[in-house]
Amino acid sequence: MHNKTIAELAQGLHQKQFSSLELTTHFLQRIQGHNKRLNAFVTITDELALAQAKEADDRLSSGQSNTLTGIPIAQKDIFCTQGVRTSCGSKMLDNFIAPYNATVVERFNQAGAVMLGKLNMDEFAMGSSNETSYYGPVKNPWDVGAVPGGSSGGSAAAVASRIAPGATGTDTGGSIRQPAAFCGITGLKPTYGLVSRWGMIAFASSLDQGGPMARTAEDCALMLQTMAGFDEKDSTSVNRPVADFSATLNDSLKGLRIGLPKEFFGEGLDPDIAKLIHEAVAEYEKLGATVKEVSLPNMNLSGPAYYVVAPAECSSNLARFDGVRYGHRCENPKDLADLYTRSRGEGFGAEVKRRILIGTYVLSAGYYDAYYLKAQKIRRLISEDFKQAFQEVDVIMGPTSPSVAFRFGEKSADPISMYLSDIYTIAVNLAGLPGMSLPVGFSKNLPVGMQIIGDYFSESRLLNVAHEYQQVTGWHDKAPAEF
Amino acid sequence: MSLSTAEVNKIAWLGRIAIDADKIEAYARDLSGILDFVEQMSVLDTRTVAPMAHPMDQAQRLRLDLVTEADQRELFQANSPSVEAGLFLVPKVIE
Repeated sequence: MHNKTIAELAQGLHQKQFSSLELTTHFLQRIQGHNKRLNAFVTITDELALAQAKEADDRLSSGQSNTLTGIPIAQKDIFCTQGVRTSCGSKMLDNFIAPYNATVVERFNQAGAVMLGKLNMDEFAMGSSNETSYYGPVKNPWDVGAVPGGSSGGSAAAVASRIAPGATGTDTGGSIRQPAAFCGITGLKPTYGLVSRWGMIAFASSLDQGGPMARTAEDCALMLQTMAGFDEKDSTSVNRPVADFSATLNDSLKGLRIGLPKEFFGEGLDPDIAKLIHEAVAEYEKLGATVKEVSLPNMNLSGPAYYVVAPAECSSNLARFDGVRYGHRCENPKDLADLYTRSRGEGFGAEVKRRILIGTYVLSAGYYDAYYLKAQKIRRLISEDFKQAFQEVDVIMGPTSPSVAFRFGEKSADPISMYLSDIYTIAVNLAGLPGMSLPVGFSKNLPVGMQIIGDYFSESRLLNVAHEYQQVTGWHDKAPAEF
Repeated sequence: MSLSTAEVNKIAWLGRIAIDADKIEAYARDLSGILDFVEQMSVLDTRTVAPMAHPMDQAQRLRLDLVTEADQRELFQANSPSVEAGLFLVPKVIE
């Protein structure tokens, strides 16, 4: 059952080949069996899942169901889940029981999906390897000595190891796409504003987006349909009609214009990966697409701009964690200042502290213009580069990551070397564009992902482009032998 | 851009984060490295470029000034380590 996609499981449920209770029990058993090795889940909500499964079975028999009714999904532990611990991978929130559901969670509940549990992640979504979590690192199911990527490492590992058919992730600088690439699955970061951020613990408010992670584009389309759409409670939510993402999955790609940015194929890219990307693009040419080189001249400044904007916004967003109203509070605070500084010093890990400090610095008096304002200007230039490119091409393709999944500890000594693994994904968040990663092969026995970037609100096209490739290739069907 | 330990202490206070004295130098090193990395931005002349705060230059949506939330104080205060009479308790502030 766990080798079936969400689409196949939905069919199975509706055709009464099995019940949601059987399906959920099956996945809960798989989680019990494999989670110690992978450490993908922080909290397993078995009682809740079984109760939801029974409700789903009732809905399925009375015909009041839709595609996701009865389907088990796991939530990245950044989404508030009412009555259930929501840790954001941090000691700061280890004791935090969310008093409400994030909109994303609420929408899955209304659709009748079943929540298996909360997934491990880099602390407060800051990281590219799932090594910064308070709950310990997540292992890559393809090689447990390698990282799964981050920050949605638990989500990617759970889907890749088939202990969950689908999972939610969030992406601020690549945190859906990069772990999807490292774990050989499919993930999509929507256009900024498409998916509500209400109840999604904020890291960088102008960059964060929640999105689906599953094994196929078809499954991502099903999940996205439930997740997307205007939410009054999120003031950055875009008020526009939501497309039917599944309706155009099978559209022909004849005449599709693909752009390959020359900046994505420069130094620093593993030649094996470059080769696999070109092979994938060749498949697209067979499907009728045309390919041309494009240029995104300011791409090399996306890293510097991001590592000003994101820490700045994070320093503001994480100011709320003060030990007063919720979260970790230090023992025996001697005064208010001591309460604040020690609660935060104890509750946050090193990477989070680094980013808060950098953010505080770049926003402080005398430095705002040189850093934050400058970064916002670079951001405009990067968006303009994409706008230009999308006048010549429909989608942009390239590698998701410059390397395959690296070893644990390999990039921990120097923060910058970790930041450089986001080099292809970051610009997409700065511009607010939608982006996907899908598996296109293996290098050194580890998965390789290709990134597809589209114009604003072109998720249907991205999903169609990914789906057509997955109809003629089989990388997305491969599963790690150990699980 | 090299940060001194004094500067790190100042930033740590602004951010209300306690950093152990024996870790300050390591933070100074890491933060200086990050500032060197982002310094690359300065090569570009951006005097005529407008800053971009929102990916689609969206303006803040407004709503009518009406009360729309229900009182759920008890529920929301359940996560606090110290509450009394609907108030959050902290060490004495006023001497």
